[in-house]
Amino acid sequence: MKKKVLGKLLSVSLVAAMSVGMMTGCGSTETATTTTETTQTESAAKTETAVTEAETKTEDTAAATGKVYYLNFKPEQAEAWEKLAAKYTEETGVQVDVQTAASGTYESTLKSEIAKTDAPTLFQVNGPVGLATWKDYCYDLSGSDIYSQVKSDDFVLKEGDEVKGIAYVVETYGIIYNVDILNDYFTKDYAVVKSVEEINNFDTLKAVADSIQENKDDLGVKGAFTSAGMDSSSDWRFKTHLANLPIYYEYQADGIGSTDAIKGTYLDNYKAIWDLYITDATCAPTVLSSKTGEDSVAEFALGEAVFYQNGTWAYGDLSSNGMADESLGMLPIYIGAEGEENQGLCTGSENYWCVNKNASEEDIQATLDFINWAVTSEEGCTALSSEMGFVCPFKAFDSYPASNPLINIANDYVSNGKTSVAWTFTTMPSENWKNGVGSALLEYAQGTGDWAAVETAFVDGWATEYAASNN
Amino acid sequence: MEKAIKKYFPIFALPTFVAFTIGFIIPFILGVYLSFCEFTTVTDAKFVGFKNYIRIWGDATFVHALWYTALFTVVSVITINALAFTVAMLLTKGIKGTNIFRTVFFMPNLIGGIILGYIWQLIFNGFLLQFDRTLTFNSAYGFWGLIILMNWQQIGYMMIIYIAGIQNIPGELIEAAKIDGANNRQLLRHVTLPMVMPSITICTFLTLTNSFKLYDQNLALTAGEPSNKSEMLALNIYNTFYTRNGWEGVGQAKAVIFFLLVALIAIVQLKLTTKKEVQA
Repeated sequence: MKKKVLGKLLSVSLVAAMSVGMMTGCGSTETATTTTETTQTESAAKTETAVTEAETKTEDTAAATGKVYYLNFKPEQAEAWEKLAAKYTEETGVQVDVQTAASGTYESTLKSEIAKTDAPTLFQVNGPVGLATWKDYCYDLSGSDIYSQVKSDDFVLKEGDEVKGIAYVVETYGIIYNVDILNDYFTKDYAVVKSVEEINNFDTLKAVADSIQENKDDLGVKGAFTSAGMDSSSDWRFKTHLANLPIYYEYQADGIGSTDAIKGTYLDNYKAIWDLYITDATCAPTVLSSKTGEDSVAEFALGEAVFYQNGTWAYGDLSSNGMADESLGMLPIYIGAEGEENQGLCTGSENYWCVNKNASEEDIQATLDFINWAVTSEEGCTALSSEMGFVCPFKAFDSYPASNPLINIANDYVSNGKTSVAWTFTTMPSENWKNGVGSALLEYAQGTGDWAAVETAFVDGWATEYAASNN
Repeated sequence: MEKAIKKYFPIFALPTFVAFTIGFIIPFILGVYLSFCEFTTVTDAKFVGFKNYIRIWGDATFVHALWYTALFTVVSVITINALAFTVAMLLTKGIKGTNIFRTVFFMPNLIGGIILGYIWQLIFNGFLLQFDRTLTFNSAYGFWGLIILMNWQQIGYMMIIYIAGIQNIPGELIEAAKIDGANNRQLLRHVTLPMVMPSITICTFLTLTNSFKLYDQNLALTAGEPSNKSEMLALNIYNTFYTRNGWEGVGQAKAVIFFLLVALIAIVQLKLTTKKEVQA
């Protein structure tokens, strides 16, 4: 009997010892909250105090100069940012931490990070709608050095007179095409046009795509367009970027910059271009739901398709998959709107830097210094323009041309006098709206839903989402 | 000795209690409080009363997710338990290689839900591609896909519990029944089933709550596509939290309702099945 009780006692104390060990593990960041009162193992207690001491030490030095914690949005550039941060620390001694949220999780990461004691001092919002969520956390940048470096107020987010966010990268998207295949096509007798300059409206684009699709075996392709994948790695190309065009033209027609109720004036055009994407494609529309972004990159890079809707940021993926720079071209996305012969590519930004207002004064100053250094110093400019391949809307960047050929194509459109299409998708009322449109598009494509559902999601969805997010 | 344990009870219980408080009680209370608030991050909540709870009912996806989850739970509880019990019966008959079979059946349970979801997604899509379809073509595909996945994952685990139950049936009971002339079916109905009732209680409890709370597999397999039609409750709550500005509190309110539902169903089920348990 006694033996049994002893055994029990032993097991209980073992459990206790184990849980103490476990909690010292997580206790290290909580600075000695609990536990030690029950420690039988002195060594555990010792390591804990050691950790705490080390932490207070680093905090002391950091508090003197302030530090920067950047929560980065772009996984493609994560390494480059870390390198740049290390360089800055080496030069100035100011600690710069860069964390990158995994693709598609920025909002959720930011939400949990910003509630911490060591919150990000520098974070990003994606535009006016993103700003609505975070405006209470944004430091007014109107008196900052970096604001004086911005080329124009088109690249800042304002609320009243306060500058809440500054775009640090401008991007462009359109229909990327394979120059080699298209040139080959122009020599054929079934070609409807003889040069790419002639493709300057929707009807011609459609005629070209249709005849490529018809003669795909002769051209050695699987389809005119890459698969319009509706997997989450690719569906934003259509529910967000493609949907930008009907919204842009409606705003133009009505002379507005945002709205609480969209009318859907250009929805027929949206349908036309979507129909084109899913019919003249490399795959049957019924399998779109599982096609990923990588699938379409692969199809395009392997020369299985001629057209691929994406933007300047896709250059890295394409070149690492073996596309030569000179095989890349870019066309505007024509949807059949009036006067689209003069339409250029879609250019804008959904990457705005915001400085956390709730950070300590030293940290705010350190952060402002860091971003200003990043867009004015030689190291910063080189890193941003050539390593990350960004076009940055700051004055110093005039002498740092981008190495990305897609960006040069985009610049050519501007210098040829084409009107860039603004990124109106930053005014979409919520993520939920995009998801609703995306799902309806998919159902329409695979034949399980009709176009009326897309119209409902687009028009009625806008009103309900706007109301749901703004009351 | 007994006294000593009583005396030191608070000390021994303290570490676990502290961990439980930090890891469970505080977040739980905070969570319930937040369901009455509007907030962007958990530290700047503003009290708004029942607004979030009222808003839930304007959200059609929640009601759909509720029914979808309920249907899924019913089907999966029945299939998993029926199959697990059948396999357990077969593997207690003393056929050759019993241990290998038990191990093989148990193994899927050792793989994480996300990985399982992606593996099965590949398998299903590979198969459906023959017919130019994909798993997210229709919510019914997603539903049955999820049922197959959950069966594959959980049958082994439940099987182990049932085997333990079956092996615990005293041999003399079965022998006595046989001498009284009971055939196999009668043996199953009047001896085996009543005797494994405790295992049935545990297994239905586990499958019921697991199915109701299902998240990883749902996320990895279909992520709620198409049009949120294969979205289950847990995923719906997560999506509410992150896809609409200002709806964090609504997601939290849904989570509270979700908790009450799961608790209620589990308690009712426990009451019902324990009633049927018998003593040998």
